[in-house]
Amino acid sequence: MNDLSFLLHSTFLWYALAAGLLVALVSGPLGCFAVWRRMAYFGDTLAHSALLGVTLGFLLHIQPTLAVGASSCLLALLLVYLQRRQHLSVDTLLGILSHSMLALGIVTVSLLDINVDLLSLLLGDLLAVSPQDLALMALAAAVIAGLLMWLWQKLLAFTLHEELAAVEGVPVEKIRLALMLMLALLIAIAMKVVGVLLITALLIIPAATARRLSSTPEQMAFIASAIGCVSVILGLAASILWNSPAGPSIVLAAGALFLLAHFRRQESV
Amino acid sequence: MRLLLGLTKPTSGSVQRRAGLRLGYMPQRLQIDASMPISVGRFLQLGIRDVDVPSALARVGAPQLTSARLADLSGGEMQRVLLARAAARRPQLLVLDEPTQGVDLGGQGEVYQLIAQLRDELQCGVLLVSHDLHLVMAATDRVLCVNQHICCHGHPEQVSRDPVYLEMFGDKLAPYSHQHNHHHNISGDVVDDGCSHDHDHALTPPPSSSAPSGSRTSSKSDKDQ
Repeated sequence: MNDLSFLLHSTFLWYALAAGLLVALVSGPLGCFAVWRRMAYFGDTLAHSALLGVTLGFLLHIQPTLAVGASSCLLALLLVYLQRRQHLSVDTLLGILSHSMLALGIVTVSLLDINVDLLSLLLGDLLAVSPQDLALMALAAAVIAGLLMWLWQKLLAFTLHEELAAVEGVPVEKIRLALMLMLALLIAIAMKVVGVLLITALLIIPAATARRLSSTPEQMAFIASAIGCVSVILGLAASILWNSPAGPSIVLAAGALFLLAHFRRQESV
Repeated sequence: MRLLLGLTKPTSGSVQRRAGLRLGYMPQRLQIDASMPISVGRFLQLGIRDVDVPSALARVGAPQLTSARLADLSGGEMQRVLLARAAARRPQLLVLDEPTQGVDLGGQGEVYQLIAQLRDELQCGVLLVSHDLHLVMAATDRVLCVNQHICCHGHPEQVSRDPVYLEMFGDKLAPYSHQHNHHHNISGDVVDDGCSHDHDHALTPPPSSSAPSGSRTSSKSDKDQ
């Protein structure tokens, strides 16, 4: 019992919780777009290359979150460009880039003998979130949330049918870019929470769960955020109670909620 | 067609479009992920914010669909909804890309009837890309036959006698003729003064095997009001 009250008074726990909730809040609606537009693989590619961003940031003495944000944005731009002049299918292209980037990241981290904990990059290090990290994350989350609210209708029109939206006056290329950049930003801040290997899970699972429970796009976005938050709380609790790694615990909690929603649906049918 | 809609930039030549031309575009199909929970009414509102959903749907004979899930629609229902969205913009030029894709034979006639009805109601031009050769020859005012390049164009009757056309489709596929009492301006350029023209335009790899694959007939026409 003493242990518990000690924990509840330790600031690192509250930082961790705040960071997790921030990421879950914005990954809800973005995850919906990832599901609707079938961008899971795209998210994976961005996430996997984040490791390389950390290395570069270390070499250039840039704060890791900033470095990952910048490198993800660059990669997002590159992907948009490549998709336009692709000879391979998007799936193949992303598959090649995703795993090459991950491998390159791991190799450079090892070869350069950088003093970083590889495992914490791959699987997240939520309990080590610093106030500085938290401030950056809040800033990025605010930017994403602002863009989402501002562009929501256009993002929806763009998602439903790009050409129809273009004919009806939606600046399609700008919207595509905005969506990519929002994803890149999210990945930069989510890396600390669940690590590069599991970011896509945080994006996809809550949205997929919410889908069964919602009847409008907005509802699905909100429910996905809520499910993400509950997953963060459950995962963090599990991590503290059983000393399990926080990031994977959060993803497991999200997975469990997905299954639960699945069964509920089956009963009601 | 993509050039005309401004979706692709021309590699040569230019597209002239009257300033402020209101286009209504009906895409060939709408592939929507089943995970997208959106109703037909909301879908129409995304096109035009203050659209009167019930009347827009009533216009295409599908008033019951307002709160249906977009992902659950049948092929024919989806085409009607897409047509409703295009028409709700009160377009001067209605651009339709194979409007009967995924619609069964009975429904196809209905869709074309609807298009004719909308044209009369909105007093707009119609540009139509279609594989339904018979229909194209029967219901349009000007045909543009495209197979990599423009093979022939003009009034359906004229086109159906064109040697290039005959070579491609044979004479069995050109059954249509009618009294025609107005003047034609046959130019290859498509986008011009919206309302007074109907541009019907059809893409047709024919059902018969006599034609090279990927050949397209397109028909395009002028109709004076």
